[in-house]
Amino acid sequence: MEYRVPAVRMQNISKTFGSIVANDHAELTVYRGEILALLGENGSGKTTLMNMLAGIYYPDEGQIFIDGEEAVIASPHDAYKYGIGMIHQHFKLVDVLSAAENVALGLKEKGRLNLKKVAERITELCDQYGFELDPWEKIYNMSVSEKQTVEIIKVLYRGADILILDEPTAVLTPQETEKLFTVLRNMRSDDKAIIIITHKMNEVEELSDRVAVLRKGAYVGDMLTKDTNAEEMSGMLVGHPVELSIERPDPVDPKPRIVVEGLTVRNEEGLLKLDDVSFTANTGEILGIAGISGSGQKELLEAIAGLQPVEKGSIRYIRDDGTEDELTLKDPLTIQKMGVSLSFVPEDRLGMGLVGSMDITENMMLRSYRRGNSLFLDQKNPHKLAAEVVKDLSVNTPNLETPVRRLSGGNVQKVLVGREIASAPTVLLTAYAVRGLDINSSYMIYELINRQKAAGVAVVYVGEDLDVLLELSDRILVLCDGRVSGILPGRGADKKEVGLMMTRIRKEAADEE
Amino acid sequence: MKNKQHMPLFHVAKRASIKWYYAFLIRAAAILLALVAAGIITTVLTGLNPFKVFGALFTGAFGSKRKLWVLLRDIAVMLCIAIALTPAYKMRFWNIGGEGQVLIGALAAALTMILLGNVVPHAVLILIMTAASVLAGAVWGVIPALFKAKWNTNETLFTLMMNYVATQITAFFIIIFEVPKGAGQIGIINQSTNAGWFPALFGNQYLLTILIVLILTVMIFFYLKYSKHGYEISVVGESERTARYIGIKVERVIIRTMALSGAICGIAGLLLVGGINHTITTSLVGGRGFTAVMVAWLAKFNPFTMIATSFLIVFMQNGAGEISTAFGLNKAFSDIITGIILFFIIACEFFINYRIVWNRRERKEEM
Repeated sequence: MEYRVPAVRMQNISKTFGSIVANDHAELTVYRGEILALLGENGSGKTTLMNMLAGIYYPDEGQIFIDGEEAVIASPHDAYKYGIGMIHQHFKLVDVLSAAENVALGLKEKGRLNLKKVAERITELCDQYGFELDPWEKIYNMSVSEKQTVEIIKVLYRGADILILDEPTAVLTPQETEKLFTVLRNMRSDDKAIIIITHKMNEVEELSDRVAVLRKGAYVGDMLTKDTNAEEMSGMLVGHPVELSIERPDPVDPKPRIVVEGLTVRNEEGLLKLDDVSFTANTGEILGIAGISGSGQKELLEAIAGLQPVEKGSIRYIRDDGTEDELTLKDPLTIQKMGVSLSFVPEDRLGMGLVGSMDITENMMLRSYRRGNSLFLDQKNPHKLAAEVVKDLSVNTPNLETPVRRLSGGNVQKVLVGREIASAPTVLLTAYAVRGLDINSSYMIYELINRQKAAGVAVVYVGEDLDVLLELSDRILVLCDGRVSGILPGRGADKKEVGLMMTRIRKEAADEE
Repeated sequence: MKNKQHMPLFHVAKRASIKWYYAFLIRAAAILLALVAAGIITTVLTGLNPFKVFGALFTGAFGSKRKLWVLLRDIAVMLCIAIALTPAYKMRFWNIGGEGQVLIGALAAALTMILLGNVVPHAVLILIMTAASVLAGAVWGVIPALFKAKWNTNETLFTLMMNYVATQITAFFIIIFEVPKGAGQIGIINQSTNAGWFPALFGNQYLLTILIVLILTVMIFFYLKYSKHGYEISVVGESERTARYIGIKVERVIIRTMALSGAICGIAGLLLVGGINHTITTSLVGGRGFTAVMVAWLAKFNPFTMIATSFLIVFMQNGAGEISTAFGLNKAFSDIITGIILFFIIACEFFINYRIVWNRRERKEEM
């Protein structure tokens, strides 16, 4: 192969946060006209490494070369100077401004601000790479994928030709992902260097030219995508071979457990979030919920858990002996006191499911601290439970006294799921249980969920990765804009069809049910 | 190499943990630096020998047996208000109404002394005073909490405004009970009978006050750290959504905690009237309701650490007072010194939480 000067070469990069080593003499090389997939488990230092390239952190050690010249990137401004732009997982946009205004923010151009010119340039960029975006649209009116487009345009506008995308597809539908990939391929043809962080192997195989793998902050190696496969890559990033298949045992004796009828929910602003939703969740079965994010998944789970005021409709809980309890408009404490063991793994792990500044033991206490008549806390049992969860789910933590905020995403989720499962639930609600988790952690969560199903728990699984939903669920309920656009059997469901149902109501499907 | 000048000289990184002696060293260095800075300022502004001035700081605080007891007494009051505010702050309820809650508790105690002083036996009177102060403080704390819980009003403004209401109510009652008529002040209450005055322990009139505060401090420590209520307070403070998710009634916790916070403020008022001053004025609390916020924050809301932080602040206030009298300087000068020292102590927390990393490039001489 001919020798090319890499667009970016990172050499011997180390970064520590206190006692935590995020990057340990890591390396990375990316060429122009190439899409590089950066793989690694949670906490393997991918994002940190990229943040150093984007000028957000400054490396403790090591060098960065841009086009062969040594570069010092001490701020995002420096990064732009070298043509480096990063699209973060969490968008950094001002909601009340339009796309053009957001792009113009922070520009240091001479003369007066000419928004029209900005908008024209945005349209040019859109045409060039195949985006669809109205520069005058306000951010709050946009879908997640449009917001992402604004973020990408923002860095392109600043002349970036080295782009870093941190898990860009985590929030997109299959159709939107396909569009994004088209755009990225167009950029590659335009000789841009693109680094994409992702956990999804199928995307790596579909999109990237080369794969680089990080493990525990250190560089493991890189290879051409066409010369490798998902199993090999997973093995490389975990450090040992892994099995990549999700089990789906047949449900044993499913009986209705939760019956939802005509559920209608408005959010605090009075917007209709759920409209006449009806379904049944059965024991020993996984009910998958598919839908574009914000289609009412959150409200649905929160309404069942007693956290969301219900406008109309009913939620009933059916016990083993056939007696029924009304859960509608009951708060979580009342539901618990009724003897309904309902576990809920919410989407917002640290903001709702756990307390970030508390340690693992204190977080275990959240569910159980009320037990007993003593005025004082029982610390012994939660401590025991914490030790068990850490051991059984192999949570990677220095000790039980570490605030959960300091743990990586996968470990935070293990703590949360571990606690929720520990109470031997009859109903398990999970929202985006594997969001941001690496392969190893994800498969562990799938297995935990399957174990609950085998134990006869009625599992409601809200997911975003359609491939997984189709592999895991016994039945799939598709939500579209707060309404049920259909309930299909999970076995044999077609991905394209589900994708379409997510974006428009299919009358026939609803009637068939 | 042309990029070299862009390389930042240092960057800041967060510490994961810090050894206790290292943190201690940083704090000691901060105090030393503060004294140096204060010394330079002293010399520049007044021309006095800074060592003599600092000497006065110490004699002002510890100079005599009486001064020592006054110091301990003032620490007790400061500590009492600080631990009273702590449950509220742990819940992230920005209670800056300590001043008013203490004053209204003090007023309740003073009114009880005036009205029932010659009616009931001394012991019963003190019990009634205690009940009245606790109740008054609790009510003063619960009012903003109710509004916060029901209508999500801003507690910072609300508690602040309640201070002024308390001051004006006190002014109103002072005029009603003023002695003699037209004096505009109440004077020492029950001077002849000593009714409602806290008894002296081992011949010391402040000892009881100090002991009460120490007992309260221990109780609050255990309440916050080991009780179910304390746990609920922490959860609500860290995340209301998590609290709702696990079925904590957030409104109830807010009201309950502010009742407690106000009640202990009320006790501080009781101590001021029954144990120390035996009178009431509108400036009885003298800003300690606000200073206590700093005492509590500096101690990171650990009641035992607050003993040290309230000592530090009271020591400087009492000592600085001596500086102005001993050298004929006005009161403003002692405030300058106090301010400088506090600034350094607070600023050094940055170096405890973060470390500075100097960027050095290895020299490649062989190239």
